Amino acid sequence: MAFVNYPRQEILLPAKGSFIAFSLFFALLLNLLPLKGVALSLWPDFVALVALYWCINQPQRAGISMAFGMGLLMDIGDASALGQHALAYSIMAFIALIFQRRLSIFGLLKQAPQIGLILLTGQFVILLAGLLAGSDFPGWDFFLISVIGMLLWPLVSSLLGIPQKPRSDSDAG
Amino acid sequence: MEMAPRFFRQGPSLLTRLIFFVVLSLVLMAIDTRFKYLAEIRQAFSTAIYPIQKLANVPSTVYGRASEFFLSHGLVEENEHLKQQHLIDSGQLQRLHALQAENAQLRNLLQTAQRMDGQAVMAEILHVPRDPFNRKVMLDKGSQGGVQPGQVVVDDAGVVGQITRIYPWMSEVTLITDKDHSVPVHVVRNGLRSVVSGTGKDGALELRYVAVNTDIQEGDLLATSGIDGVYPPGLPVAVVSRIERNSTYVFARVTCTPAAGVGNNRQLLILSLLTPVVEIPAEVLEIKPEKKKREKVGVR
Repeated sequence: MAFVNYPRQEILLPAKGSFIAFSLFFALLLNLLPLKGVALSLWPDFVALVALYWCINQPQRAGISMAFGMGLLMDIGDASALGQHALAYSIMAFIALIFQRRLSIFGLLKQAPQIGLILLTGQFVILLAGLLAGSDFPGWDFFLISVIGMLLWPLVSSLLGIPQKPRSDSDAG
Repeated sequence: MEMAPRFFRQGPSLLTRLIFFVVLSLVLMAIDTRFKYLAEIRQAFSTAIYPIQKLANVPSTVYGRASEFFLSHGLVEENEHLKQQHLIDSGQLQRLHALQAENAQLRNLLQTAQRMDGQAVMAEILHVPRDPFNRKVMLDKGSQGGVQPGQVVVDDAGVVGQITRIYPWMSEVTLITDKDHSVPVHVVRNGLRSVVSGTGKDGALELRYVAVNTDIQEGDLLATSGIDGVYPPGLPVAVVSRIERNSTYVFARVTCTPAAGVGNNRQLLILSLLTPVVEIPAEVLEIKPEKKKREKVGVR
């Protein structure tokens, strides 16, 4: 049987719009925490993680336009050039939506490296935008954020999935 | 042709949407970085983001209050230290008053313009952006608090930066370490004038275009020269930390460390704008506005 090796998948309920909005708001809050020094350079991009989660798990509701809007908010919050994060998030959302069906087959741990690659692409876009605007290369540790985001993916993903779990699993086999 | 059922219609295809948003963000970036026309859009978004930033500050504020409450045993020593500092400061302040009066009188005798007395507003750092390409911080005072773009921000040790963007309740400070920021300075030891520029790295500034044989030494203090009419004269900016003189190059590489704890402080002072001592003649502004813009030092 070809299906034996796949992790047993639960069929999740559709997410409430209010929960999607709340999770994005909370992610923005986490991104805008007043941090300094090492913590700041290691702090992952929660908005990107949450936006990717919704693009993969609720592609009917979350899309490129949502990612773009969150990117604009991040641009204001980060005082960067308007459109820098918006561009990166749109491209990340696009990749996630293309691979959405494939990604949702894998378990969370197997999804993580693929998410890491998407995050890395997004950061590469931000880097490219910064370099084109005439900035210097910020150093390789700039990409650490993506690695930490990748490590956090299973946690973020399972937390965001909790409200969509079916209420009773009495007839789950 | 048969119409697809409603279920399968999903609006424009994914690629079309991506291209639309990519083009939109590229246009936004071009307009924002090259022409600076998007102040209104930024204002609108900032009102949306301000409550979130305020909320994000709550944990650290609560933590600060709580640690103040529990760590009260250091207060006695701190109080003692502050008392001593206060005595020293007030002694110096008395001398300063005398010197100021004397200076004003001498300037009167020489019939030169009086130096301006600046007012200052205290502000707190709201958020340190993560953007690795520029060095900026957000302060919790904005146009509603009387902040204007171009104002100078200092801490207890020296110049921190300059207000470059204002929102209703917050303002954006470009730190002196930002790559696009320059401060006109003079070497306190010998009065040599120069311009110190940020490098984009924390804790490093550089003096560009300093000739190899210039009289500058490691440990020299650089203070604002005040000739730009933006920075009040005499504020400490940086200390020269390293000089590389290589006779094959025309210029020496002079690296400096900022005097202020750029990025260490929570509270900062916003100094009021100075009125330029020397008016710029109108015809100069009319003749070459383009060149003027490029030569102007610092961001107003």
